[in-house]
Amino acid sequence: MPVKVMIPSPLRPYAGKRDSAEFSARTVGEALSHLTTEFAELRKHLFTEEGKLRSFVNVYVNDEDIRYLAKENTPTKDGDTISIIPSIAGGCI
Amino acid sequence: MADVATLWISGHLAEKIRAHGAETYPHECCGALLGRDSSAVLGSDRGKGALTPAREILQLFALVNRRDDSPRNRFSVTAEDVLAAEKAAREQGLEVVGWYHSHPDHPARPSEYDRDHAWPWYSYIIVSVQNGAPQDMTSWRLKDDRAEFSPEGIEIRHRAAVSATGFSTTEK
Repeated sequence: MPVKVMIPSPLRPYAGKRDSAEFSARTVGEALSHLTTEFAELRKHLFTEEGKLRSFVNVYVNDEDIRYLAKENTPTKDGDTISIIPSIAGGCI
Repeated sequence: MADVATLWISGHLAEKIRAHGAETYPHECCGALLGRDSSAVLGSDRGKGALTPAREILQLFALVNRRDDSPRNRFSVTAEDVLAAEKAAREQGLEVVGWYHSHPDHPARPSEYDRDHAWPWYSYIIVSVQNGAPQDMTSWRLKDDRAEFSPEGIEIRHRAAVSATGFSTTEK
């Protein structure tokens, strides 16, 4: 059973309108790499031009924020669910 | 992806956003826009009866600005807040379709910082608050290439007009 990546509403137009996708992956980074290879238009909304996750993009494995695990090297196992949740930020200057 | 022509909101909710901006002045306010998209036939008031994508705001979910270091020119909503807003939306059969925030003593125009921290699809309402009094309110959508925002029209609608186009409202 592969890893399931949940795709948030704002990004579904760039992922064939799908709400999830499944991949065989050993780490979160690998799953996100598969995701953005299959749906290339997603990449710029998740990663900076330098290839780093955007600061407002949070990734969870099941209910755990990967920042408190091993970030993109966080291992995944079959049946895990990866969620992509934005923090909303902005400002007038 | 085609831009949504117009964001529909009741006068009551528009006023609540403006009041929230005044209440938190000189700090930025923020909250979630709960609603839904529709391809309802807009019929006679659009002239040709063509299918036009439309987005309706039916509820607000006020949030606390988590930026206590520079709340006058920044706002931040944590992932936990986002999940809480999404839960509130789901419970009412709605979606989080965007976010609002205020620009104290600045125009209702998105900043570079806003652009850097946005996703397409969401509607971003900005209300300018000058000397504590709410002024212009605008709405924006980030373009697919992230290069800039497109303005989104805000149309103030009464509930009867909304229902006639196929939405069921839950506004209280």
